[in-house]
Amino acid sequence: MNGTNGMNEMKPLSFGRIVLGFAVVLILVFLMVPILIVVPLSFSDTRFMTFPPPGYSLRWYHAFFSNPAWIDAARTTLIASTCAALIATPLGVAAAYAIQNSTHRSMRYLRTVLMLPLMVPIIIVAVGVFFVYSQMGYVNTLGGLIIADTMLGLPYVLISVGADLRTFDPTQEMVARSLGMNRLRSFMTVTLPQIKSSVISGAVFVFIQALDETVVALFVSGGTNQTLTRRMFVTLRDEIDPTIAAISTMLTALTLCLVMIVVVSRKSSARV
Amino acid sequence: MQTSPADPSLLYQRREDRTMLLLMTPALLVIVLLLVVPLAWLSWQSIWNHGFTFENYRRVLSGVYLDTFLLTFKLSVIVTVVTLLLGYPVAYFAASVSPKFSALILGMVILPFWTSVLVRTYAWLVLLQRTGVINKALMATGLIDHPLQLAYNQLGTVVAMVHILLPFMVLPLYSAMQKIPQNLSQAGASLGGSPLHVFARVFLPLSMSGVIAGVTLVFILCLGFYITPELMGGGKSVMVSMVVSRNVEIYNSWGAASAVSVVLLVCVFAIFYAASRVVPLEKTLGAK
Repeated sequence: MNGTNGMNEMKPLSFGRIVLGFAVVLILVFLMVPILIVVPLSFSDTRFMTFPPPGYSLRWYHAFFSNPAWIDAARTTLIASTCAALIATPLGVAAAYAIQNSTHRSMRYLRTVLMLPLMVPIIIVAVGVFFVYSQMGYVNTLGGLIIADTMLGLPYVLISVGADLRTFDPTQEMVARSLGMNRLRSFMTVTLPQIKSSVISGAVFVFIQALDETVVALFVSGGTNQTLTRRMFVTLRDEIDPTIAAISTMLTALTLCLVMIVVVSRKSSARV
Repeated sequence: MQTSPADPSLLYQRREDRTMLLLMTPALLVIVLLLVVPLAWLSWQSIWNHGFTFENYRRVLSGVYLDTFLLTFKLSVIVTVVTLLLGYPVAYFAASVSPKFSALILGMVILPFWTSVLVRTYAWLVLLQRTGVINKALMATGLIDHPLQLAYNQLGTVVAMVHILLPFMVLPLYSAMQKIPQNLSQAGASLGGSPLHVFARVFLPLSMSGVIAGVTLVFILCLGFYITPELMGGGKSVMVSMVVSRNVEIYNSWGAASAVSVVLLVCVFAIFYAASRVVPLEKTLGAK
């Protein structure tokens, strides 16, 4: 770093900057390697985790797809995540809209209540949900799992849509209503199309969160309604099964695709 | 709802507020039923056992339980400090290069961020176990004769947790640094400050809001972390989250579990409250 230069003007020969750049590269390698190394290992043809693998095969993908227990778990996870996204998104959009349009003092506190799932440590959330479900006989049911994932996902919709609504001009909707549209219709035809991208991101975040959720599922999902991550966790407690490398690769690929959806939807609707 | 111009604005506003509360109700119901009610019940359970008692808290704040809290705090401090030391240079570098380059760096931070925690813990088990990738590589190069114990202990737990939580540190740091005008550092330098001096007196204080947001988030996530310590800790180092889980799952002892939960919750809320006085809560949670 040369004192007389701005940070933006790179001085390629500045010693401090080279050291910094080198350190940053190392840290980025540390971040990326664990994610990337699972991919080649999932195509390995041996049970032992050697890198590089001695030979390549689809053995562990076959192990996943031919085992009904894994397939059931994957189905449970996909159904629960999809339903949670479908429920949490409208509830979250309605709440974000209410926060934006109400001037009442209580809104600030209610907003904090809605953010609680992000603040309370997940293990306590899990124990709490388990308690409620055991009173109501909801433990190990698909419905219970969906509602739990909905609760955990709500803050993501709230954050994503809330930020978008803050920059949205509410008079547009007022105009539509003054021209005779009712509230719901004016929201659907005027506001919603303009906040579409943040609604989509919110829904995707809920889905990803539900896909990844493990701790609550450990307590409230089981039997035939066991989630994929719960089964992975329980398996990993016993042994490092290479089948999990195959599942990890597929999960990461799925997440990557979903994040791409968010990026594309954000880019295509950059509202000024 | 129709708005007639004859409506006095106050009346309108009140009706409007009622509608908004109604719109919020479904979301509130879900959270109250699944989170607020059980939290209240846990708090009650921790002090009521056929009469008021502080027995649970006495047990929880002494002996084995106290050790668990201390260990959890120790590991959380270590992980938070390490993520800050690793995260700061990355955020600093990303904020000081061209937009294209910084998008690449941030992309490499965000990809792990969106990868499942379980997948990342698994990856570290694969890398660090006795017959894992790192041990095999070290043996192959002849640096060591016997595999090192890298996984199933505190070292492995810290490494994996640092990896998982690093993005939570980098993102708020970057968003704070990005807002620091570049010419401030230039001005400091033109007034004769050495680069280190300018950094310490100009840049560092201005990046403090990011540091507080990142440190708060990482520390709190550490305090309640379950998956990684459970899989990576080898059962020897027991964290608070594991005590809660075991008391419920194995011993069915709600009294102890609830008291531990309440103590943990109080710590978490106190930290959030303290941090919210400096940095808005929204900003801290936004990175999550």
